[in-house]
Parts: sequence; structure tokens; C-alpha cells
Amino acid sequence: MMLMKRRDFLKVGAAAGAMSALYGCAGGGKASGHVVVVGGGYGGATVAKYLRMWSEGSVQVTLIERNPTFISCPISNLVIAGTKNMEDITVSYDGLKTKWGVRVIQDDVVAVDAAKKSISLKAGGAMSYDRLVLSPGIDFMFDQIPGLNNAAAQNQVLHAWKAGSQTVALRKQLEAMKDGGTFAISIPKAPYRCPPGPYERACLVADYFKKAKPKSKVVILDANEDVMSKKGLFMKAWADLYKGTLEYRNNSEVKDVDVATNTAILEFDKFKADVLNVIPPHRAGAIATQSGIKLINNRWVDVNWLSMESTSTPGIHVLGDAIFPAPTMPKSGHMANQHGKLAAAAILNMLSGQEPSPDPLVMNTCYSFVDAKNAVHVASVHTYDVATKTMQPVKGAGGVSAARNEIEGKVAMGWAKNIWADMLT
Amino acid sequence: MKLRTPIVALSLMALAGAAQAADPNLARNLAATCANCHGTNGNALKGAGLDSLSGMEKGKILQKIADYKSGDKPASIMHQISKGYTDAQMDMIAGYFAAQK
Repeated sequence: MMLMKRRDFLKVGAAAGAMSALYGCAGGGKASGHVVVVGGGYGGATVAKYLRMWSEGSVQVTLIERNPTFISCPISNLVIAGTKNMEDITVSYDGLKTKWGVRVIQDDVVAVDAAKKSISLKAGGAMSYDRLVLSPGIDFMFDQIPGLNNAAAQNQVLHAWKAGSQTVALRKQLEAMKDGGTFAISIPKAPYRCPPGPYERACLVADYFKKAKPKSKVVILDANEDVMSKKGLFMKAWADLYKGTLEYRNNSEVKDVDVATNTAILEFDKFKADVLNVIPPHRAGAIATQSGIKLINNRWVDVNWLSMESTSTPGIHVLGDAIFPAPTMPKSGHMANQHGKLAAAAILNMLSGQEPSPDPLVMNTCYSFVDAKNAVHVASVHTYDVATKTMQPVKGAGGVSAARNEIEGKVAMGWAKNIWADMLT
Repeated sequence: MKLRTPIVALSLMALAGAAQAADPNLARNLAATCANCHGTNGNALKGAGLDSLSGMEKGKILQKIADYKSGDKPASIMHQISKGYTDAQMDMIAGYFAAQK
């Protein structure tokens, strides 16, 4: 039943056979070909798994990821606050390999040749593809904050906005800080990854301070005019739980950092902190910005929302935080997972000579903790609009929590475990 | 076993008189938008506090959704998400999950 149309460089026969028994007939012409996925985060891991699952193994998938394991940004603020550890947010790529027959290669992609349909690997060698998926996440624009534009500075003034070693390092800085110290977190102008994330982090650090270092303070330096997500819920948490501990400052863009004194330099002001956490402005991950595909504002990839394909370069699909967002669509892990499924469905149609589905739908759910136990959510549903050629939010759908509550704190962890399984196992 | 879903989808589209040819995988694609929380093909992880929808009777899924939409059943989030899907879309999703094991 399984027909391998490409060179048999994947040992997928057994896995594919099992899948075909589990998932049955997909309908339509059979897709075949080789898809290379760059980046194994929420978007890339999802598209890799769903391509294998929905094609019943007839499409070969290679996932290239620079890290040995998946580490989740969502929930990582709980590691920074000390109530979770790194093991809690780390998932192996073994499920993608053994259960789904994805070839996972730990490496960096250094170049894309769209004309030849091939990519080059840092370790050497090239690889050809029938379709390429870039899910590179973000890279930071350190040139916008001159004092941070070197490796030593970046090891001291952390972003911890990509989960991993910086998550651990920021936790250590907070643990080492004296009681009575100040933690300052800066937020870049929107759009940025995870709109509520910085406010959640501020809450959780304030919660840690209240319990462990009660004389300490948290200051949010927000480049934006106002709280960008779940405003009422965060402001209520700050008033109810962190009065006297947490201070919010809007229109406070960090223009530079004096690393020697741990001082954030604003337009008209300076702010010295004991632990300074600067989230620099960001743009699509380097492989996307360097591959010659069309960007908007020289930062984000312009995509066709029926397929997630680059508007300029056929054969290259882009997912997740790297793309120019549709109206009100957040840069979130949940949304990247939805992009991955949209792209997987479209790619399978295209590989079997069909058009992508004309009416895709994606939705977002995002939980934020306001203390160790209580969480709040924002949800939205987005459908394709022919007139504007983009995804538009469905009117009357979505919304935020009525109030912070412990039930959603439990559901948030259930969400995390389920979405990690949906991507990786 | 798997023939059921496309038939449901096709008959719905016929009823709706849709001008554009529906993707035969529309039900599958729509159901996948639920999988982040409810598990791949509706198989939520046990003990994680989210409903597993795989193999649940279609009428039961549709009744739950109707109760969330109307507010008859209190929810933390599903009353907001369910309003983003049309009745026809929910019918396809429920049919897809009911056919899963």
C-alpha cells in the first residue's frame, strides 16, 4: 500500500504502515515529495508531524533544528519565577523521529537557493526540497540597542525571550539579587513575540519577590502607549496583588543600555536596575530575512494566507512569529501550531496537484499566569477574508477571562501538555 | 470507517449551496484547529483536564457546543471560541471527531 516515490533515505516503512492503519484514507490524489522544515518550534514541529500523519507517510519530511530538544517559551516564565524547572518545559524530538518518521537533523540552515530548491547546512552539504517550510521564529535587532550589540553584554543583560540557557540564567540573576533590589523588564514596540508574556513575567517575578524578597520591586518599561494584551486583567492583578511592588511605565522605550551600571537608557530618562531584562525589538529569524523572500517593514515575511507561502517566492512557506501578522493575530506558540496545520493541508494539496483549501480557519488560545496558581486567557478565531486577502477575526467570537482564577491555572498546564503532544508525540 | 467524514462534509456543502468546491479534507482541517487543547484527532492526554473528543457521539459534541454558545453551560473559554465557528463547521468537526478512535 505504501508507495515510496523518493529515494528511500528514511527508515519510515514500519512507522508509515502503522500510521496508515491508524489514520486510514486521506481522500484526493496521493501527495508525494520531500518537504524540508527549518526550525522545530511550535510551527515547524507541527507542520512536520501533520505532513507525515495526513499523507500517511507518503511525503518525506526532514526537520532541521539547531537545538537538541524542544524547549517551550510558554510556561518558561514559571521557570524564571522558580515554580517550574527546565525539565518541565523540555520535550524530546524522539516522537517525531520514531512515531512519525520525520528525519530530524540537528544543524543550522545557512542559505536557501529558491531557484534550485535547495538549502545549505552549516555542517556542510546541501539538501534539495520540493517544498520548503521556514519556521525560524525571531531574531533580535541588537543594533537598535547599541550597548547590547556584543556577546558579553548579551550575557549580562538578558532577554530570556527564547527559552533555553537564558531562562536559566535569568532565574539565577533573580536568585542572586539582594532583597530590596529592583527587577526591570523592558518591552519593545508591537508587534513582538507573545504580547502578554512580559506582563506575565512581571507578575510572576513580583509574586516570587513577595514570598522570598519582600522589599524588592518590579518595574515594567513598556515602549508601547498602553498594556498590549489582557489589560484589565493585568492591571487588576497589579492593583490587587502587587501594589507597592510592581510599577508600570508606558511610553518608556529602551534606546540603549549602559551595561557597566545595568542602566536602561530611555529617550529622556535612565533607569538603573539590579536585574535588567531587556527584550530588544525583533524581526523574522535570520534564515527568513536573508533568503531574499519579500518582507514587510524589512522585518516580517509577507505570506499568502491560503497556503502560508511567501508572496514573492513559490515553494517557500513561512510560519509563526516570523510572518507579518494578520489583523489582531498574535505572535504566539498556539498560533504557530495553527499556521503549521494550515500549511500542512495546503502543501499536501499542492503536492497532489490541487489548490489549497479556499476557506482556512485558525484560532488562538493564550493563558497567562498572574501568580503561581491563577491564570487568565485571551482567545480568538480568524477566518480567511477574500476581500482583504488576509485572515480577519470572527466578530463576536473570542474574548478574555472574566477574572483571574485557579481553574485556568490548571487548564494552562493541560493546554501546554496537550499542545506539546500535538506537535511532538 | 473513514468514508463517513467526506460524505458528511459534501452533503453539508450541497445543502449550503456553496458555490466554491469544498476541499474534501475540510472537516479534518477544521477539527485540527481544536487539537492544540483536545489532542491530535481529539485524543486529549488523560489527566490533563481537557475533554477527549475522539469517538464521542456526534450529537453529544454538538449539544455541548450549543450549550456553550447559548450560555446554558458555563465555560471558562469555550463559550468564546465556539462562537468563531459556524453551525456547518461545527457539524463537520463533530462528525470528524465522532469517527475517530
